[in-house]
Amino acid sequence: MSAQAMLKVERLTKAYDAAGHRLTVLRDVTFKLEAGATLAIVGPSGSGKTTLLGLCAGLDQPSEGTVELAGEPIGSLSEDARALVRNAHVGFVFQNFQLVPTLTALENVLVPVELRGQGGAAAEEEACGLLARVGLGERRDHYPVQLSGGEQQRVALARAFMNRPKILFCDEPTGNLDGDTAHAMADLIFRLNEEKGTTLVLVTHDLELARRCRRILRLKAGAVASDETV
Amino acid sequence: MTFILRLAWRDSRASRRRLLLFSLSVVLGIAALVAVGSLGANLARAIDDQAKGLLGADLVVTSRADLGAAPRAHLDSLGAEQAREKSFSSMMTIPRADGAARLVNVRALEGAFPFHGDFTTVPADAPARLRAGGAVAIVEETLLRQYGAVVGDPVKLGRTTFTVVGALQRLPGESSAVSATVAPRALIPWSELEGTGLAERSVLFRHRTFVRLPAGIDPAAVERDMRRRFIGEGLGFDTVAERKRNLGRVLENIEAFLGLVGFVALFLGAIGVASAVHVYIRQKVPTVAVLRCLGATARQAFGVYLVQGMALGLVGAALGATLGVLVQLALPGLLRDVLPIDVTFFIAWPAVAWGVGAGLVISLLFTLLPLLAVRDVSPLVALRSAFAERAGAATDPWRIAILGFIVLAVAGFAVWQTGRLREGLAFTAALAAGFGVLAGLAQLTAWVARRWFPRRAPYVVRQGVANLHRPQNRTVLLLLSLGLGTFLMLTLFLTRTTLLREIQVSGGAGRANLLFFDIQDDQIEGLRRTAAGAGAPVTVHAPIVTMKIASVRGKPVEELIRENAGRRPPSQTPESGAGAPNEAVGGGRGERKGGPPRGGGAAAWTLRREYRSTYRPALEGSERLVAGVFTGRVAPGEAIVPVSLEEGLFREMGLKIGDEIEWDVQGVPIRTQVGSVRAVEWRRIEPNFFVVFPEGVLEPAPKFHVAAMRATDPDHSARVQRAVVAAYPNVTAIDLALVLRTVDEIFGKVAFAIEFMAAFTVLTGVIVLAGAILTGRYQRIRETVLLRTLGATRRQLIGIQLVEYSILGVLAAVVGGGLAVAGNTLLARFIFKIEPGLSWTVLAAGVLSVCAVTVVTGFLTNRGITRHPPLEVLRQET
Repeated sequence: MSAQAMLKVERLTKAYDAAGHRLTVLRDVTFKLEAGATLAIVGPSGSGKTTLLGLCAGLDQPSEGTVELAGEPIGSLSEDARALVRNAHVGFVFQNFQLVPTLTALENVLVPVELRGQGGAAAEEEACGLLARVGLGERRDHYPVQLSGGEQQRVALARAFMNRPKILFCDEPTGNLDGDTAHAMADLIFRLNEEKGTTLVLVTHDLELARRCRRILRLKAGAVASDETV
Repeated sequence: MTFILRLAWRDSRASRRRLLLFSLSVVLGIAALVAVGSLGANLARAIDDQAKGLLGADLVVTSRADLGAAPRAHLDSLGAEQAREKSFSSMMTIPRADGAARLVNVRALEGAFPFHGDFTTVPADAPARLRAGGAVAIVEETLLRQYGAVVGDPVKLGRTTFTVVGALQRLPGESSAVSATVAPRALIPWSELEGTGLAERSVLFRHRTFVRLPAGIDPAAVERDMRRRFIGEGLGFDTVAERKRNLGRVLENIEAFLGLVGFVALFLGAIGVASAVHVYIRQKVPTVAVLRCLGATARQAFGVYLVQGMALGLVGAALGATLGVLVQLALPGLLRDVLPIDVTFFIAWPAVAWGVGAGLVISLLFTLLPLLAVRDVSPLVALRSAFAERAGAATDPWRIAILGFIVLAVAGFAVWQTGRLREGLAFTAALAAGFGVLAGLAQLTAWVARRWFPRRAPYVVRQGVANLHRPQNRTVLLLLSLGLGTFLMLTLFLTRTTLLREIQVSGGAGRANLLFFDIQDDQIEGLRRTAAGAGAPVTVHAPIVTMKIASVRGKPVEELIRENAGRRPPSQTPESGAGAPNEAVGGGRGERKGGPPRGGGAAAWTLRREYRSTYRPALEGSERLVAGVFTGRVAPGEAIVPVSLEEGLFREMGLKIGDEIEWDVQGVPIRTQVGSVRAVEWRRIEPNFFVVFPEGVLEPAPKFHVAAMRATDPDHSARVQRAVVAAYPNVTAIDLALVLRTVDEIFGKVAFAIEFMAAFTVLTGVIVLAGAILTGRYQRIRETVLLRTLGATRRQLIGIQLVEYSILGVLAAVVGGGLAVAGNTLLARFIFKIEPGLSWTVLAAGVLSVCAVTVVTGFLTNRGITRHPPLEVLRQET
């Protein structure tokens, strides 16, 4: 498994038509990531980090180039087909947590499996286990608005692992958290990632966090400035 | 599917109160449809149950004179039981009210009428006492109440003083509101008629023979047979089946109209739902994006909110159906006076199902429109909210299809409800026009607010004006809901004003407003003196001679009628002249039921009727010559007399100038030719006629007179009437003030029912408004709280709302008012064919009320935000 490419990006370009001219935000990006690897994407604001993450996770379609995720050419799939790939293989952690505000912590964690029609007692038990694993076993019936930022992010992490993803995408996972909470959150992400054998792609400004990954891809003005192994 | 249902349920938890409020928007519309539909079903069953009681007999034969010996013998030969009624208008004097005189419809009855059902009187034994005979009368309850008279009081008709033995509440098949206000009824025994002295002089009788047929004989067959046998007798017929048909048609019209009013409430509510769901979905975009990130397909995400939308419609429908059934309990009570039958309440499940179905379809279609946006939410929104704005909605084929379905559903409903394609489409067009104007105004308002933004105005004003054009503004929704509500309500009020104004104008400055008829030849000079003595000299006087047509262009009238009967079914042939007291007050027009002649012949009613014509040397103020030359006088013995015909009659008879008509003037043939054609203003309370002869022909014929005069005020009018009736008891008066009052009363009763239904529209408007403001509250809460955090005072926040809602309220009210003026003008010109009246008071009151309601509702629904600390609000509302 470890020798197989989990994520294969080739000559990826993304451009938008804005105010009458074409704006290229990502240019000719190529890299390959094996299963179980950890990659940090770093770079200044506007360098194309989030765009690259979105394209890799199948949230958007590239203007040029290809993305292969877990063997699926997601760049050429329809939106619904990409949704199925995401549900089967991908976990997300966002900077602003992105919990469904109308669902409790437990219900939020259950969403990925319920989407597949696999809810039920067993799923609930597993979700409770994950919540306990992130230290929120007692808060499962709380709504997002009743949780602190750090707690919300931990629920998001539990949700990300609920569908046993092959790859976890994290977009500035500690960006909205204070120093201590951010540190604890990072520990949790890496620990769970290691335990579950998940591939990790992390977008961050935080170089310390980036250095915890085995590989760092540095972007500048939409292009790869460096690709180094730590 | 499980996921969709489960998530729809879970996701709704935090928004159920809001969703319930959305559903309230359609509750009143559905309630109105259910109530009106159920009322229709109740009425239909009541008509079936009380069918025979509608007529009180199996067959009614109407005639100008007492039914002839031959028709009577024919009915006897069938073994039919007969009862007679002779009815006419006369003045009744009420001693208890200081001898006040009031026009009544006297019904002299003989026999066991009604054969089916009975009069409703207080006390209940009054009909039996009337049948027993003697100088007793049953008098309309409202008349007794009006003059403070009670059972046991005396009333005077002609020379006879009658004792009131009962207060009349209802006669079989007659609407008490119309009878009681236009001409209150007074029933007396037939045997007492002669003693009153009224029968000797008055010529304006209506004779009705009520017939009970032996079992097994079909009344329609008897009618057909008698029409054929007694073609020259000028008989009219009414059967239970015909009465049922006519009544059913009238009630269907009422139901259709009320249904349309109710539908407008539903339509308005649906717009409210669409708008609320639009805002709701915008707020759900981040959630949908997260679901898409986690692997939900577009169908699943759409499904979640479709389920919520359908649930919203179902809750609205259930609440609406319940409320509709409750309202239906009230409707027959509101309409009791205008319905000629007693309606018993039952729940009409098909009507409930129809109302609920229509409500669900409309609310679902309107919910689908904003829901379509869910399909296009990009999962990227979870990363960047900038992706939330979508493009290309206008060209989305689903959106176009749903808009098409909405138009089809509205037009289909309107056509179905009215039962007529033209009216249904006209309603849809009017709604679309109102909608278009208001939507256009909303766009214009937003554009003007942006283009001419008051940069130098105080902050509060700038913020309020900016709210009109900023993203997620409520300009379109508020202008639509408020404007449509105002439009409908004010149209109703203005139409009422128009109709009343029309009657007032007809008695305008200097014109006659008091009319006396049934004046005999030997009474006219005395009446002139009496009226002048009472301070109201006769201003218009016309002699009246009754006559019938003998032949047209040399062809006998029987032959023409026969030809006519061959061309059209008997049910479309109106009966001869029954019910019209005097052509002079426009009574003749109501008989024109047959429509224009087909196939070139004269309309049957024009040939059968008894004409009450006059002679005069010149045209009156209410007449205008439109063709030919008016001849005012001819030398005695003129072989062919030139006469002047009213233009409608001229048209319906299919005549040309110079055509010959031979008249049967009470046995004497008179040859005439059409010399001129006149346009007549029938609505003026003045003697108007279909046919005017020149002087020099009719003077020797038996005749009576009509005289009109002007009284200065109601008291003066009463004094003049009292003086004239005391001297000439057979003379009958029509008081314009009374006509005005009665029309107002009848309109008031019908209008109340309409306004009751229209209130649903207005209440829906208020709910939609409250919903819109509440959704706006959710939309703007962060901004308001931010302003609060930055130091905005409560007064400033209220000021911002005041500016926004005042502008929207004023615009909606003014434009809604403008649309109502246009609607009223179209109704007046094309439906009532009169000049539209405009009451600035009604208009101003309507406009001000709408503004006030808008601002007050705005305050009430926003009050929480401005009163509580920002953090508390944020925690509760997000």
